[in-house]
Amino acid sequence: MTYIVKPKFHHPALPKNSLGYTHRDYEGSVSTLCAGCGHDSISAAIIEACFELALEPHRVAKMSGIGCSSKTPTYFLGQSHGFNSVHGRMPSVLTGANLANRDLIYLGVSGDGDSASIGLGQFAHAIRRGVNMVYIVENNGVYGLTKGQFSATADRGSKAKRGAVNNDSSIDLVAMAMQLGATFVARSFSGDKEQLVPIIKAAIEHKGAAFIDVLSPCVAFNNHLGSTKSFDFVRMHNEAVNRLDFITGRTPITVDYEPGTVEIVEQHDGSKIALRKLNAEYNIHDKLAAMNFLLHHAAEGQIVTGLLYVDSDPDDLHQHLATVETPLNALGEKELCPGSATLEKFNASLR
Amino acid sequence: MPIESVNDFVVRFANVNGSGSASANELFARSVMRMGVPVSPRNIFPSNIQGLPTWYEVRVTEAGHLGARGGVDLMVAMNPQTFDKDVASIEKGGYLFYDSTKPLPPARFRDDITVIGVPLTAICNREYIDPRQRQLFKNIIYVGALAALLEMDIGVIEKLIAEQFRTKDTLIEPNVHALHLGRDYVTMNLEHPIGLRMKKSNAIGDRILIEGNSAVALGAVYGGATVCAWYPITPSSSVAEAFQRHCSRYRSDGNKKNRFAIIQAEDELASIGMVIGAGWNGSRAFTATSGPGISLMQEFLGLAYFAEIPAVIVDVQRAGPSTGMPTRTQQCDLLSCAYASHGDTKHVLLFPEDPAEAFEMTAQAFDLADRLQTPIFVMTDLDIGMNHRLCRPLKWDDTRTFDRGKIMTAAALEAGRDFGRYLDVDNDGIPYRTLPGTHPTKGAFFTRGTSRDRYAKYTEEGGPYADNMQRLLRKFDTAKGLVPRPVRLDAGKPTKYGAIYYGSTSPAMDEAIHLIASRGMPLDMLRVRGFPFHQDVNDFIADHDFVFVVEQNRDSQLRTLVTTECNVDPMRLVPILHFDGTPITARFIANAIGDHLDALKVTPLRKAMS
Repeated sequence: MTYIVKPKFHHPALPKNSLGYTHRDYEGSVSTLCAGCGHDSISAAIIEACFELALEPHRVAKMSGIGCSSKTPTYFLGQSHGFNSVHGRMPSVLTGANLANRDLIYLGVSGDGDSASIGLGQFAHAIRRGVNMVYIVENNGVYGLTKGQFSATADRGSKAKRGAVNNDSSIDLVAMAMQLGATFVARSFSGDKEQLVPIIKAAIEHKGAAFIDVLSPCVAFNNHLGSTKSFDFVRMHNEAVNRLDFITGRTPITVDYEPGTVEIVEQHDGSKIALRKLNAEYNIHDKLAAMNFLLHHAAEGQIVTGLLYVDSDPDDLHQHLATVETPLNALGEKELCPGSATLEKFNASLR
Repeated sequence: MPIESVNDFVVRFANVNGSGSASANELFARSVMRMGVPVSPRNIFPSNIQGLPTWYEVRVTEAGHLGARGGVDLMVAMNPQTFDKDVASIEKGGYLFYDSTKPLPPARFRDDITVIGVPLTAICNREYIDPRQRQLFKNIIYVGALAALLEMDIGVIEKLIAEQFRTKDTLIEPNVHALHLGRDYVTMNLEHPIGLRMKKSNAIGDRILIEGNSAVALGAVYGGATVCAWYPITPSSSVAEAFQRHCSRYRSDGNKKNRFAIIQAEDELASIGMVIGAGWNGSRAFTATSGPGISLMQEFLGLAYFAEIPAVIVDVQRAGPSTGMPTRTQQCDLLSCAYASHGDTKHVLLFPEDPAEAFEMTAQAFDLADRLQTPIFVMTDLDIGMNHRLCRPLKWDDTRTFDRGKIMTAAALEAGRDFGRYLDVDNDGIPYRTLPGTHPTKGAFFTRGTSRDRYAKYTEEGGPYADNMQRLLRKFDTAKGLVPRPVRLDAGKPTKYGAIYYGSTSPAMDEAIHLIASRGMPLDMLRVRGFPFHQDVNDFIADHDFVFVVEQNRDSQLRTLVTTECNVDPMRLVPILHFDGTPITARFIANAIGDHLDALKVTPLRKAMS
């Protein structure tokens, strides 16, 4: 699988974005995941989102941990730097990278094993620090790369392929992210591109910690009857609270929705999210109500998807640390080294 | 006979932790320095905030011996809990200073020492009503009493107090008053001065008194560190705290914006993860930790070695294993740092001897990390880090620039330079790297801990893996010429014996060499300052029949490194080991080496074996 190279030629009429790039410019190498894997759909959604936003690929840094999901950054944005780090530790590496250069877009890709088990601590702390990032968990409830062990997001009572039943309660990363202070929280489904692409676009434009939990069935180990992370189960129990369209600050709003069902959410950078509300009682700015709604539907076996919470005026780690606007990695001797005269004064104070 | 000595004695303060004694004791030490007499203070403290015993030792040393000496000439016994042990530890002919408010039976004292009682509590109770004041001023009162007993210049102490409270000047007068209370009690009631005396001297020169952790932190400022991620652990926490302090002073842009980022992480794994993320993205980043933190960072250190990410790790070593003796010094992390992580790894280590060198080496570590694209360990210890040490002033050459190493620029990529992230273009094992965001279409690569070829393409083939591992060895070989060279000091006459030492052992070794020489045993010395070892280390060993390796750990870790990395017959390396958590002393080294030399003279090992 390693040696398959994607052909470079493409149809001359492929659509181009405002940068003149085609989809192909946002793709990576050929996926080595199983055919039908939900993760590949998420990669496709990321490619679509970046294409539609006309991002310069090299301004994106892709960070991941270890696992099937963490392999995916190789399969999108081939012109971006990527870092496949250590199991469960993507959040700290991403945090460090973000501190070094605040001007890039940081896309953290992780899985449920990576984020909910070994990396639960780092997940929590990166969120609570408000690192400006898009943190995507490709959630299949199972360890794919080590062949089918339960992960911590597997629902209690769900059945593994070989019949073992999970007795431990599951971790809901969406609820945790909200509690921990993420300023953008969404859940989607790998099989629902219509919903997922605008969510990723909105998350990229969001200037704070954006967390997206994407249910992504594992075709090899967790797509059978009894699994609560299978395509069928998710489709049957999906309670979408909203559908959204994402409009960047540069595009005039020309949405034409029926009044009463559409809410325009303006983000800090001027970009706008048009929410088609499917559930009238749902308020995406009310964290308490959102938590309540989530728990209520979880108890009924429903999986709530959509944009669940957004803070329209978020702050981020760099604001908390009051760092200079210039990326720290662009500062040189002049800005950083106080020089010999200062050192002489320092010496004098110690005599 | 009471000990008689001018400007050469050891005073030990036995206090209760949290009683406010630390600043009074430091005032005493600084006063000695201000009188122009070299001083070497040391904290011996418990892992505790309040209540447990703590000691502060001040070695007054006109000759400039800054290592711990061992033994106590004057005990300031302020802690009833440890009183008996403290009294027992005084040298024969020494002095005991104690609070005589409550009479003690003669059995609590010794006949062979001079006992000096000052009713500190009574004086305090008479003078102050507030219990907090009674406690704090008691400490200043004993400094005043000591000044009179040791014939110190009271004006010097008054001046120091004034400087200390420059910004809170209402505190100056009450402190000076307390100082006088102590002095006056002695001058009116006791025989003074005692046999231990201070005389103004001129032996300080331009030297400064500074803690190693503060010097390390300033080295990081001068070395261009912009990201610091850390997790609290004694004895390294004050590195990050000092970095914060220095940065607030020297790294603000004038608009209240910071040219630095400091994160107190959730654990050491996150600390090193952030450092690696920042290093990957082109910032100079470091963490400060101690042994247990190094243990936690192991997996990440392997990644950084293999993925070739610059990082600086300051390891302020303390006694281990496990939580060991967190407030006691050792040099016990050499092996765990040199070979940190899984798989075949080797890391660059630097061994500063004092705060001045710690400043230089920390600044240099950032150049080395960028040049070699690998983690660099600055190996200090509690003895250097948490004690004030008299050392040469810190120096900086304003023409010096940061060595950012091999970074492929957008212009170079545009000009068509071949970029392979793991391609050894200069035959020094060091490849070029690009920083994220450099060029729209060229130079991007995927960093991974799994194997890949010279162009960073994923591969599990054996050939490219082995090729890469060999290149990493070549890079390590390049490091030999970049790390600080060992410092050799020959005896001046021919000798078959040498001694290798490093780090905080330095001052004790410098003193020990005189003691050994006075026994008529010349000894050549080599102070190792970096790993991988320079050829000088091989040469030094080749030049001698036997080489003592003096270190502060149980398992002779440097000796193991030398044996393995320099391919030396271990029989020729004689371990001299001190590892009880106290700083190594000249007396210990001289005795241990002296005994060995005596034994070697009786039956030279080579002859005995042949």
